[in-house]
Amino acid sequence: MSMVDEPLYPIAVLIDELKNDDIQLRLNSIRRLSIIARALGEERTRKELIPFLSENNDDDDEVLLAMAEELGVFIPYVGGVEHAHVLLPPLETLSSVEETCVREKAVDSLCRIGSQMRENDLVDHFIPLAKRLSAGEWFTARVSACGIFHIAYPSASDMVKTELRSIYSQLCQDDMPMVRRAAATNLGKFAATIESAHLKTDIMSMFEDLTQDDQDSVRLLAVEGCAALGKLLEPQDCVTHLLPVIVNFSQDKSWRVRYMVANQLYELCEAVGPEPTRTDLVPAYVRLLRDNEAEVRIAAAGKVTKFCRILNPELAIQHILPCVKELSSDSSQHVRSALASVIMGMAPVLGKDATIEHLLPIFLSLLKDEFPDVRLNIISKLDQVNQVIGIDLLSQSLLPAIVELAEDRHWRVRLAIIEYIPLLASQLGVGFFDDKLGALCMQWLQDKVHSIREAAANNLKRLAEEFGPEWAMQHIVPQVLEMINNPHYLYRMTILLAVSLLAPVMGSEITCSKLLPVVITASKDRVPNIKFNVAKMMQSLIPIVDQSVVEKMIRPCLVELSEDPDVDVRFFANQALQSIDNVMMSS
Amino acid sequence: MNGGDEVVAASADPSLPLEWRFSQVFGERSAGEEVQEVDIISAIEFDHSGDHLATGDRGGRVVLFERSDTNNDNSNGARRDLEETDYPMRHPEFCYKTEFQSHDPEFDYLKSLEIEEKINEIKWCQTANGALFLLSTNDKTIKLWKVQDKKIKKIADMNLDPSRTVGNGTIASSSNSNITSSCLVNGGVAEVNNSLPPRGISSLRLPVVTSHESSPVARCRRVYAHAHDYHINSISNNSDGETFISADDLRINLWNLEISNQSFNIVDVKPVKMEDLSEVITSAEFHPTHCNMLAYSSSKGSIRLIDMRQSALCDSHSKLFVEPEVAGPKSFFTEIIASVSDIKFAKEGRYLLSRDYMTLKLWDINMDSGPVATFQVHEYLKPKLCDLYENDSIFDKFECCMSGNGLRAATGSYSNLFRVFGVSPGSTETSTLEASRNPMRRHVPIPSRPSRALSSITRVVSRGTESPGVDGNSNALDYSTKLLHLAWHPSENSIACAAANSLYMYYA
Repeated sequence: MSMVDEPLYPIAVLIDELKNDDIQLRLNSIRRLSIIARALGEERTRKELIPFLSENNDDDDEVLLAMAEELGVFIPYVGGVEHAHVLLPPLETLSSVEETCVREKAVDSLCRIGSQMRENDLVDHFIPLAKRLSAGEWFTARVSACGIFHIAYPSASDMVKTELRSIYSQLCQDDMPMVRRAAATNLGKFAATIESAHLKTDIMSMFEDLTQDDQDSVRLLAVEGCAALGKLLEPQDCVTHLLPVIVNFSQDKSWRVRYMVANQLYELCEAVGPEPTRTDLVPAYVRLLRDNEAEVRIAAAGKVTKFCRILNPELAIQHILPCVKELSSDSSQHVRSALASVIMGMAPVLGKDATIEHLLPIFLSLLKDEFPDVRLNIISKLDQVNQVIGIDLLSQSLLPAIVELAEDRHWRVRLAIIEYIPLLASQLGVGFFDDKLGALCMQWLQDKVHSIREAAANNLKRLAEEFGPEWAMQHIVPQVLEMINNPHYLYRMTILLAVSLLAPVMGSEITCSKLLPVVITASKDRVPNIKFNVAKMMQSLIPIVDQSVVEKMIRPCLVELSEDPDVDVRFFANQALQSIDNVMMSS
Repeated sequence: MNGGDEVVAASADPSLPLEWRFSQVFGERSAGEEVQEVDIISAIEFDHSGDHLATGDRGGRVVLFERSDTNNDNSNGARRDLEETDYPMRHPEFCYKTEFQSHDPEFDYLKSLEIEEKINEIKWCQTANGALFLLSTNDKTIKLWKVQDKKIKKIADMNLDPSRTVGNGTIASSSNSNITSSCLVNGGVAEVNNSLPPRGISSLRLPVVTSHESSPVARCRRVYAHAHDYHINSISNNSDGETFISADDLRINLWNLEISNQSFNIVDVKPVKMEDLSEVITSAEFHPTHCNMLAYSSSKGSIRLIDMRQSALCDSHSKLFVEPEVAGPKSFFTEIIASVSDIKFAKEGRYLLSRDYMTLKLWDINMDSGPVATFQVHEYLKPKLCDLYENDSIFDKFECCMSGNGLRAATGSYSNLFRVFGVSPGSTETSTLEASRNPMRRHVPIPSRPSRALSSITRVVSRGTESPGVDGNSNALDYSTKLLHLAWHPSENSIACAAANSLYMYYA
C-alpha cells in the first residue's frame, strides 16, 4: 500500500488524515481540500472525492462547517460550471444537519454554486434539490429550503414556478416556528425574483399569513419583510397593502414587534413613500414614542432625526417635538441617552429659530442629566448644533457639564470626555479653551487611573497639533515640565510619555532647548523604570533632533545608562545606542 | 378485578378508573443494598413524542431510555398507531439507551461556595435530524446536550501503510502529524501543488470507510452559565423552539438556545433590601402553546401568569392565582405548607396543576378566583406536621404531573407512594400506588373523596401485614423514602417515578 512517491507524500498524508481520529488533523485536511482535489484531478474529484465527502456527514460540526465552506468554492476543482451540480449532494446533506451554523454555511454555498450553474442544470438538479429539502422530514431541511428558493425560481418553467410558489406558501404555514421564521426571513429575497403579477397575489397572501402568525418571533421577522416588499411593489400597492400592516404592527400586542417597527421605521417610511408617511405613519410613530415599554421608546427615540428628515419642519414641530420634550425627561435613562445621541441632528432639520426656541432647552436639560451617558452623547454631537446656532449660546451651559464629566467618578466617563476635548477645542476656539479647559487637561495627567493619564498625554499632543507649537509652548509645555518633579514615579512616567508625544509636534528646536534637558535629568532618576523609559524615549527622539545634538547630549546620557546596574535599563540603553549607530551609518 | 375485559373497557372509555400495573424497573435495589447518595434520581422527563425518557441524578449523570416496544421504528408514528389499534394491550416499554456525565461538582472561589453536581431538572428540546437535544441544569449552570447515534467506523485502504506507523510505535504516530504540519509550513505541499499533472495522480487513493454498528454519543453543545446568583429550580422551553427560561429563587432569565453568553432578566422579585424578602420563586413553566405566556409559583402559595408581550421586564403579573383565604385557625405551619413545590401546564394549556405540601390543585387559567379542584395527597400527615418540621421533611419538594389527555394527575408522597387523581369534573378516581414491583400490593380502593378514606390510607401506608393493630402507628410511616419525582407519558397512561435510585414504570 505504501507505494506513494516521495513528493506525493504530504498529499497522501493529507488524504489519510481526512479520517484521522484527531479532529484538528481532519479539520486541517478539509481546509486543504482543494489541494487534494488538484492532486486527484477533476475526474477523480467528481467520481471519488465528492461521493466520499457526501458519506462523511456525521463528523463533528467544526469539520462539517469547514466542509460546507470549502465546497462553496469548489467549482474549479470538479471541472468547471458544467460539472457544478456534482457539488449539490454533499451540500444537500449538510444543509439538513442540526447545527445552525453548518446549515447556514451550506445554504450560502448552495446559493453561491447555484448562481453560477447553467440554466438547464438548475432545472435538472437545483430545483429538485429545493423541492426535496422543502419536503424534508426534519425541520432542519425545510429551514434550509427557504434560503435557496430565490436561486431556484428564476430558471424554472411556468408550471414549476407555480409549484415552487405553492411550496413556499406551505413553508410559511409550516408546523414548526423555526421553518416559518426562515420563510419570513427569506421572503424578501424570494419575492425579488417573482413576476409582479404573482407578487401582488401569491407573495402578499404568504406575507399576510406571516403577519398574523401566533408566534411573536415570526411576526417580528415579517416587519422586516415590509421594508423588503416595499421596494418591490408599486407605490400605490404599498399604500394599499403594506401601510395597514405597518400601522397594525405598530399597535401589536407584543412589545417586541413594536420594537421592531420602531427599529425599522426609516426603512418602512421609505417603503410607503413620503406622503403616506406624513399622513399615516406620523400618528403611528408618535404612539411608539409614547409606548409603555421603555425598549420601544429607546428604539423610537433613536430614529427621531431620521424620521424628521422625511417630514417637513412644520409637521416635525407640531407632532414630533412635543414627544421629544417628554422623552428628554423620560424615566428611563436609556431612553434619554438614545434621544441625546440623535437629537443634535434635528437642529439642521428645524432651522435656527425653531432650534433656539424648542431644541435648545432640551439640549440644556439633557446636558444637565444625572446620567453621564446622556451628557456625553450630547457633547459628542456638538458640531451639529454649532452649525445652526453657534457655540456662544451653548457654551454657558456646556462648560459646567464638561467640568462635571471631567471629574466623574467613573473613569470610563472621564476617558470619554477626554476624547472629545480636541473636538471641543476646535469648535470653541483658543480663547474660550484657555480660560476654562486648560487646567482640566493638566489635572488629568495626575489622574489615579493609568488609562486616563495616557489619554491625557495623547490629548495634549492633539491640542498642540490643533493650536500650533507656539500656543503649546505657552500653555502646555511649562505646565507639563513642572510636573516632572512629582514624588510618585508613575506620574513622572506620564510626563515623560507626554513629552515624547509632544516632541514630534513641537519640532526640533523646542525639543532640544526645552524637552531634552528634562529627559536628561530624568535619566538620573532613582527608579529603574523611569530610566529605561528615558532610554526608549531617547531612541524615539533620534530622528527628530539634529545629529550634533544626538552626539552631544543623547549619546553620553545613553552610555551612562548602558552601565546601569539594572539589566533592563542596560538593555534599552544599548538598543538606543545601536539605533544611533544605524542612523549614522545610513546618513 | 384483574380481569382482562375490564382493562380493555378502561382503555375504551378514558374516564373509567384505571387499573395500574407494573411495567418495568431500572436500578432496582436488592434487599439490604445500601443506596449511594449519588445514585438518587433527582429529575425525570419524557420527551414530546414519548419515545424517550431521561433521568438525572444527584451524581450529575443523565441516563436516557428509549422506547423499545415499537419495533425500533420510533419515527414512524402512523405505523405505531396501527399497531396500537391491533393490540390494545401494548404498553410503553423502555430500554436503556445511554448515559453521560452532565455536571461535575464545582467550587465557586469568589463566593466560597460548593456547587453540587445534582441535576435539578431536565427538559427536552426539539429533535432534529435524528439527534436528540436536551437541557440539563444543576443549581447554577444549564447545559445543552446533543445525543446522536454515531457509526463506529473502520477505515481501510490508506495511502500510507498503517502498519508502518504502528511498527514505529508512539513516536511515529506523533511524528505523523508533525510531517503534515512541517510540510505545510515549509510550503512542501505548495511546491508539489505547482507540479501536479492536470489529470491528477493515479497512485493516490481515498480511504475506504466501512461502518458497522452505531452507538449513541452525547456531546455538550452549549453551556449557559454565570446568570444566576441563586439556585436554579426550573428550566422550561418555549413553544417558539428558540428560547427557554431558567428560574432561580428570585429571578427568571430568558435565553436563546443558540446564544449562551447572554440572557435577559424578565422577572426579578428581589427586594431592594434582602431583609424585606418575603417570598421566593419555586417553579416556572412556559405555556405549552402561547409563546408569550409563562407561569411561576411562589413560596407563599401563589401562582402568577405573566405575558411577555406587555413589557420587557415582567415584574407585574397579568394574572394571579391564589387560594382564597380560609377563615379558621392558622397554625405556624400554614404558610410553610402553602409553598408551591411544582407547577405543570396541561397539554392544551388551559389548566394548570400545582402541588403544595399537602395538596394538589387544578387551576383554570381563565378563572383566578380559586382552584377548580383540590386533592388531598396525604391528609393523614396533618397531625404530624410538627414532626415533619423537626426533621425538615416539610420542605420536601414534591413534583406533580398530568396525563396527556388532561384527565388525570399524579403526585408523590412518603413511603414511596404516589397518588393518581381523576381531575375531570365528576371523577372520583383516586388510587394510591407504591413504587415497587407490585404497586397495588396494599391497594385498598378508596371510596370517593380522601377525607373519608383517612383510616384506609393509614392502612395502606402501614408497611407489612394487614393486621389492624398497625392503624395509627406513626412509626410505620417512612419519611426517608419519599417519592419526589415522577412523570406521565405524553400520550399514554404510563407513569415513570423515582424511588431513591430506582426508576419504576407503570401502565394502565
